[in-house]
Amino acid sequence: MSTKVVDRAPLTFYERTYLPAILGGLKVTAKHFADTVFKGNSVTMQYPEERWVVPEGYRGAPYLVKDQDGATKCVSCQLCEFVCPPKAIRITPPGADGLTADRKNAEKMPKEFEINMLRCIFCGMCQEVCPEEAIFLQKDYSITGENRESMIFNKEKLLKLGGTHAGIQKWKNKLEEAQAQETFPVDAQ
Amino acid sequence: MEAINYLNPTAQMILFSALKIGVVFGVVMTAVAYAVLVERKVSAWIQNRVGPNRTAPFFINYLPVIGPLLVRLGIFQPAADGLKFLLKEDFTPSYVRKVYFWLAPAITVIPALLTVAVIPFGSNLGSEKMVIADLNVGILYTFGIVSLGVYGIVLAGYGSNSKYPFLGSIRSTAQMISYEIAMGMSVIPIFILTESLNLSDIIRYQAENGWMILKQPLAFVIFLIASFAETNRLPFDLPESESELVGGYHTEYSSMKFALFFLGEYANMIASAAMMVTLFLGGWTLPFIDALNLPASSLLLGLIHIGVFFAKMAFFMIVFIWVRWMLPRFRYDQLMDLGWRRFIPLALANIVVTALVVALFNN
Repeated sequence: MSTKVVDRAPLTFYERTYLPAILGGLKVTAKHFADTVFKGNSVTMQYPEERWVVPEGYRGAPYLVKDQDGATKCVSCQLCEFVCPPKAIRITPPGADGLTADRKNAEKMPKEFEINMLRCIFCGMCQEVCPEEAIFLQKDYSITGENRESMIFNKEKLLKLGGTHAGIQKWKNKLEEAQAQETFPVDAQ
Repeated sequence: MEAINYLNPTAQMILFSALKIGVVFGVVMTAVAYAVLVERKVSAWIQNRVGPNRTAPFFINYLPVIGPLLVRLGIFQPAADGLKFLLKEDFTPSYVRKVYFWLAPAITVIPALLTVAVIPFGSNLGSEKMVIADLNVGILYTFGIVSLGVYGIVLAGYGSNSKYPFLGSIRSTAQMISYEIAMGMSVIPIFILTESLNLSDIIRYQAENGWMILKQPLAFVIFLIASFAETNRLPFDLPESESELVGGYHTEYSSMKFALFFLGEYANMIASAAMMVTLFLGGWTLPFIDALNLPASSLLLGLIHIGVFFAKMAFFMIVFIWVRWMLPRFRYDQLMDLGWRRFIPLALANIVVTALVVALFNN
């Protein structure tokens, strides 16, 4: 057991008058004051006018996306609805004789797609589970409304906010392959 | 105006006093509101922030350049704050001792405002002296009244019947007994020199013989530091200490009752600044210029004197605000040590030395 004795020099008389502390405080505060007033070095962000830029991979609000042809990607499989931990998503399927999908070859699209932004916990499971890459957590972080109803985003609003996500167009490719099969040049006999 | 001459002297005195009380009260209240704004702005700048810059009344859109500037400086913030305090719910917890709980805010504010009565804030306008009450025992009155202010804090702590306010008021009591003696003794040399307790006489003496801060620097330093303790400002804000006592004595208060404590604190700052200006910085006088050093001969000069007084007071207010961010809070025992073992001996020595010098050289 060895003890290290730290050598603490006793305060000098000048230090004990408390003057160095006062002068030090004066210097620091004056510097910050001048920095803010004359150089404009303020750390404040004027919030509604200035907003921070969120980093890549930020998990903001989930929105529905369209493909590059402007068609709804969601096929109403309801996987996101089942996986959603806080049960924020509610999908109304089109039914047996409901409306058909925006794009050819895709079987269907939801009649209504609602996300309750008050329930959503921004976990990203809907995005992870989606087989169609139709829902993505985007960068919106300040979602406000004047009442509870306005915080339930419907399909139209989600699609408008979500924008376009260009990706592999699975159903279009399958359609083209099928059409190519039809017109495949059969060897003339 | 002719009608005033037909009144008897007593009626005139009452009329003018009422007028002065009204104006001074209005000015002090406005000054308190804007002192809060200055505090918020200066604090913000020292901490690299912006401070209040949003409050904009509806008519601001009609002022092209000045309007946005005023909004950025937060000029309308005090009005919004005042309105907020008036409209907030005044909540009284069930466990408080109601009488003391209701009494405490009033006991804090009233002494702070009463102190202003004896301060000569200008020479004269016309033939009226610019002081509400030209008492011959002015300074004794001030010390007597100021000591009452602490009862407001003590009662608030006792009446709240809750632990943090109680600790705050205990500290306040300890604080008061440590600095008030030193504060009282620090000004005795001034009376030895001026041979008067009347604040107007003290200003006259300073106009003739130079400011007291040059003759009694030690007394000034003790008085300045004691007035930080007196007004519960950092580094001596022990009764309040937000960081450890959740706001101290006013933890349980809300709405207008809290606003009264706030008002009392700032009114106290203004009163202390006014006392320091009067006792040490020559009050409304400025040396080297006869017109400014002697009682005013015209209305304009009278107004300039009041302006000079306010400028000096504003300087001390800025010092109060600035020091808040310069020094950390003293510990309870450090404050007592400072008061009892440093300032009281120093103040006593100052009295003895001054008395000896006056006795040996003035005859």
